[in-house]
Amino acid sequence: MVEAPAGLEGQGFFATSLDKVIGLARANSMWPLPFATSCCGIEFMATMGSNYDLARFGSERMSFSPRQADLLMVMGTIAKKMGPVLRQVYEQMAEPRWVISVGACASSGGIFDTYSVLQGIDRIIPVDVYVPGCPPRPEQIIDGVMKIQELVKAESLRRRNQPEYKALLKSYGIEVE
Amino acid sequence: MAISKEQVQDKLSAAFGDNILAYSEPYGMLKVEYKATEHYKIVRLLKEDETFRFRFLTDLCAVHYPDEAGRELAIVTHLHSLENNFRLRLECRISDKSAEIESLTGLFAGANWMERETFDFFGIRFTGHPDLRRILNVDHMDFHPLLKQYPLEDSSREDKDDRFFGR
Amino acid sequence: MSEQSIYGEEHIKEEGKQYNTLNLGPTHPATHGVFQNVLQLDGEIIMGSEPTIGYIHRAFEKLAEHRPFYQVTPITDRLNYCSAPINNMGWHMTVEKLLGVEMPKKVDYMRVIVMELSRIADHIICNSVLGVDAGALTGFTYVFQWRERIYDIFEQMCGARLTTNIGRIGGFERDFSPKVIGMIRDFLKEFPAKFDEFEGLLLRNRIFMDRIIGVGPISAERALSYSFTGPNLRAAGVDYDVRVMNPYSSYEDFDFIIPVGTQGDTYDRFCVRQEEIRESLKIIAQALDNMPEGKHMADCPEFYLPAKQDVYTSMEALIWHFKIVMGEVELPSGEVYHAVEGGNGEVGYYLISDGGRTPYRLHFRRPCFIYYQAYPEMITGQMLSDAILTLSSLNVIAGELDA
Repeated sequence: MVEAPAGLEGQGFFATSLDKVIGLARANSMWPLPFATSCCGIEFMATMGSNYDLARFGSERMSFSPRQADLLMVMGTIAKKMGPVLRQVYEQMAEPRWVISVGACASSGGIFDTYSVLQGIDRIIPVDVYVPGCPPRPEQIIDGVMKIQELVKAESLRRRNQPEYKALLKSYGIEVE
Repeated sequence: MAISKEQVQDKLSAAFGDNILAYSEPYGMLKVEYKATEHYKIVRLLKEDETFRFRFLTDLCAVHYPDEAGRELAIVTHLHSLENNFRLRLECRISDKSAEIESLTGLFAGANWMERETFDFFGIRFTGHPDLRRILNVDHMDFHPLLKQYPLEDSSREDKDDRFFGR
Repeated sequence: MSEQSIYGEEHIKEEGKQYNTLNLGPTHPATHGVFQNVLQLDGEIIMGSEPTIGYIHRAFEKLAEHRPFYQVTPITDRLNYCSAPINNMGWHMTVEKLLGVEMPKKVDYMRVIVMELSRIADHIICNSVLGVDAGALTGFTYVFQWRERIYDIFEQMCGARLTTNIGRIGGFERDFSPKVIGMIRDFLKEFPAKFDEFEGLLLRNRIFMDRIIGVGPISAERALSYSFTGPNLRAAGVDYDVRVMNPYSSYEDFDFIIPVGTQGDTYDRFCVRQEEIRESLKIIAQALDNMPEGKHMADCPEFYLPAKQDVYTSMEALIWHFKIVMGEVELPSGEVYHAVEGGNGEVGYYLISDGGRTPYRLHFRRPCFIYYQAYPEMITGQMLSDAILTLSSLNVIAGELDA
């Protein structure tokens, strides 16, 4: 059960502001896109399994199509060859969208400071939450998802129209109509 | 039916004479060094010989020795005879100015990707290979990364200060 | 058209006929790992396929040339990350072969237990995910719980669940505590019954059998020509197992069989892995029952960190500790090839050392990379959904594919 936001309660009604309700609804029904490339992907499979169960947090349906996903979970090393693919997947996601970078490799290149590994996905897409670890324990991944939930609850409804957001996407070279 | 190292050595010396440069046995595995021109013929003899039957290609890779002029690139082939439980290492050297050698794809289907990987990492061209192009690195990469003169890191990255990373 | 004729017919691409191109791209729910296949389809039948790999190329071989021998172990973890301890043990054995150090029997038996547990974990993933791809999600949720138990055992042994970095060159960092032995015995007691339940869901399930019998076949000759190893080769009928052919780590003391299939299709691969899990359980039981007395490390103080009380009291131990941690040990120069039986086949380590701090050249013989070349041949003439199941049953791990 999640906590109700602050509001006026009465006989058969509950009044609160719209963005709190929508934030609550969005936060507790995130549909993740598991972009699992390597070892962190196996820890994600363990997180999805019955012992740690990410589905409790609303992530029941794993969407593999970016158009139907809210949360892009990048788990594992992203090589330079994979960079354009990741970028394409991010661009295909519809607003509102959040990105969580799971593992040391996705956050900063990890132990692979080599010619073929992208040193962190935030070189190509904006990231909301970084989860360190190699691989992070399932509890850490769940903690990352919970932090995303905090972000989502507090997000304004029309983030996509705000100038800061537009400037952020522009700095990555991502064109939005 | 077990075969012995002496049998293999005798057969190879009889068939190839001076083209075999040396025999050695590092850590229990027979190693044959030979001239690169005989690469395909030696492997074919070992594969098709009825007593030896080296019909399993364990691995094919290359090593770069930049200090040995004229023989910088070594192509190392590991063969395995499953019936006789005998493993063998073959090594031949080529110069990095004209890094070309015959492909083994006619004998072993598994040599296809092994040779592509060797080409990708070292720039060795395998003549007769059906599809020699890069396999692991990006297609537009213009250097062969495992050669000793290239660094491990991407030299164009600006977020890591080499002073703090011990380079 | 009867079911038989699809697999018996010759499917030859006709000139001038347009085929449908489908990208089974690097991001796909059913390809467990990042590799791409561009398929040419004639309706539902696959006429040709073009694989592209390298989407997770992390340059392990170049990286290993810059790391002292101890620091290479975490890299080997990330090769076949579903059964990371096998890769660790293989690397340690390679370096011990180079050094010429003999391991005490106890270390061998401990290594066998660790390797067989990770083999069970690897095969659990492969078989349950094969069920998931065929639509049977229940088996996955049942059996993954047992993989968590194996993770708990590894965590108790070395502190990490998945990328374990377990063991040392020269043995293990600590002996198995009574708690670890208790956990392994509990696992051996409780897992077989649940595993039989999982098998009961799938093995003789009419739908599952119809979906995977005759799918993705490969003959023994083609498999040998492609240098297949491991369960995929054994499913094709060749009983080649590195543990039996070139025994390492006292495997010759154990009594186990090598399960072998007949047709090399997906059902055979599934069954071979099921049986291998059972054989691994037998091996672990034998190792625990016959565990010899002794130390958990070999006597090679130049390469194995000395005990802490010696470091603080004896000068020699302090110097060795310093040299080992800084990577300033003198190793012999030479070249050695060592192979172990990993979850997917023969994992080979070709190490050339020139006496320096780091390997001069380290090449990994990665079984996934070598047998994935045969995938286009295995799926031509099959339908698209069969191709997905074939790929799952091959157990292609992207980390091992690309290194």
